[in-house]
Amino acid sequence: MRTEFLTIFWRDMLKFFRIKAMLFTSLIQPALWLALYGISMSSNFDSIIPKIPINQGVIQVNYLTFMAAGVISLTILFTCLYSGITLQFDKEFGLMKEMLASPLPRSHILIGLSLSGIAKSLIQTFIILVFGYVLGVRFFNTFSLMETIFSVLGILLFILLFAIGLLFLSSTIALRLKTHEGLQGVITLLSLPLFFASNALYPITSLPLAIKIISYGNPVSYFIQGLRYFTLGSNFYSFGNYYQYSSFDVLFALLFLLGFAISTYLFALRTIKKVKIV
Amino acid sequence: MVAYEITVEGLKYQYGKIKAVNDISFKVIKGEIFSFLGPNGAGKTTTINVLTTLLPIQKGKISISGFDLRTQPDEIRKSIGIVFQNETLDWNLTVEETLEFHGRLYAIPKKTRKDRINELIQIVKLEEKRDEFVKNLSGGMKRKLEIARGLLTRPKVLFLDEPTIGLDPNSRMRIWNYIKKVNKEGVTIFLTTHYMDEADQLSNNICIIDRGKIIANGFSEVLKQSLGMDVIYLQTDQDEKTFKIIKKMKEIKNIRKTPSELMISVEDGQKNMPRLIEQIRTQGIEIKSIYLKKPTLDDVFIHYTGRYFREEKKKKINI
Ligand SMILES: Nc1ncnc2c1ncn2[C@@H]1O[C@H](COP(=O)(O)OP(=O)(O)OP(=O)(O)O)[C@@H](O)[C@H]1O
Ligand SMILES: [Mg+2]
Repeated sequence: MRTEFLTIFWRDMLKFFRIKAMLFTSLIQPALWLALYGISMSSNFDSIIPKIPINQGVIQVNYLTFMAAGVISLTILFTCLYSGITLQFDKEFGLMKEMLASPLPRSHILIGLSLSGIAKSLIQTFIILVFGYVLGVRFFNTFSLMETIFSVLGILLFILLFAIGLLFLSSTIALRLKTHEGLQGVITLLSLPLFFASNALYPITSLPLAIKIISYGNPVSYFIQGLRYFTLGSNFYSFGNYYQYSSFDVLFALLFLLGFAISTYLFALRTIKKVKIV
Repeated sequence: MVAYEITVEGLKYQYGKIKAVNDISFKVIKGEIFSFLGPNGAGKTTTINVLTTLLPIQKGKISISGFDLRTQPDEIRKSIGIVFQNETLDWNLTVEETLEFHGRLYAIPKKTRKDRINELIQIVKLEEKRDEFVKNLSGGMKRKLEIARGLLTRPKVLFLDEPTIGLDPNSRMRIWNYIKKVNKEGVTIFLTTHYMDEADQLSNNICIIDRGKIIANGFSEVLKQSLGMDVIYLQTDQDEKTFKIIKKMKEIKNIRKTPSELMISVEDGQKNMPRLIEQIRTQGIEIKSIYLKKPTLDDVFIHYTGRYFREEKKKKINI
């Protein structure tokens, strides 16, 4: 098997750890979200929302724990969407000529970049988990050891699919746009509805219809569904809502993300095969 | 039988409506240094970009190292090295990492890669800068690093798009020597330049390209001799009339109008110049300036195009 994509991965990670400002902000930003937004909101919500009587055996999840999954998705969303900027810079400053004139298959550029996007996402998720625990996020609360291991694998799988789908999406946009300024604008514009028309911070059920519809086609919603299932269990109370995820829901979310990843990959591949950089 | 490393037949390339390369054909002999000489916008880089598979081939037939560009682009990518006209370095990598990255792109085995990197860093005299970030290198050092990178894969053909642009005379000289050395080891060199002296010094064959067309092709000496032994540049107050008079003189091999003067080729300039002056004077035409020189590639260009290779030259003459 050809492994040149590891070269692209290597270079990107080298720069991730090397450019200290980039490293620092990407590690500190999710923690700040959790600390500032999470704590202030949860201290409000947990006191406002009446403690509805709970069915026996169903756990009550505090808001901080509920929205931690949202912070994970937000972080991955931004990290991966912005990853395309690497390609944009490579294109704008001519570095991509070196790759395109080499025998490296073009798909390897995409795959290599996705690997580094996944690696960054995992590092950030880990930070949120650790920092969140300190703040009072309680994941895997009622899980047995086996269940926890199973859940961690499930989370990894969801992160993988979600991250690469976003990365290929962002690569496609990056390769099609002419300047990185334009790219930044498009990505900011795209990330807002993706994040807010989802169940990241609040339940979908009470959203206006239009936003609800968007959220049903939104990979972020499905990612979070999977994430909550694997961190909080298949039924729990939070934020005044009763959540129940069936195995079917989770499987559907998984398939949705798989479809998202495959279709964005095909788009990205088509784009990079046609890309002209001179 | 001459073996050719590159053959190009009927190559055309258009950016939208702009015909950047307009039906050119040429051959590069295995093991030679071949220069593509032409002014800004002539189509040199476009040609290189097509030859190195960065631009799609629109019209024409190209073969490099025995591979057809249309059907075996990957084979060609493996057998060529390129130094681009504009810098293509990642500023956040070190010198060594830059080479390492390139070697890995071409899947050169680790041991070989390390050996070659060590060797090349020595050759381009960047040992001290091995772990320095590219952003901290001088312009000339960056260029040398790019040349080293182009050689890392031991290509059969090395494409150099204006390799010495922005270098001081010393560094230029050193890079020329290095290019010659690499060439002696068997690498065919395809060079583009708009320095006449560079083309003249370095190469066997020269192809002069202008506005997408090849206007002259051959050994430097042959190109120059085709103008005759000497050229005379003449400026008068009535260029039109002078042109007609001189055209009739049998001593004159060729005459050509340029925007600001007349260019005249003759066999024996020292003998013919006084006669020329006399002829013109008797017609009541005033000579503003006249000078005699041995033909250079500059003159070859003027001869074929009626234009100056460089805009600056015209200005200098007008002073
Ligand atoms: N990407 C492009 N889009 C449109 N036109 C282009 C593009 N690149 C080059 N051209 C045009 O094609 C022509 C040839 O350009 P090219 O870069 O090949 O010239 P060159 O001989 O390399 O010049 P220089 O010595 O300045 O590098 C020019 O008229 C140029 O404006
Ligand atoms: Mg050029």
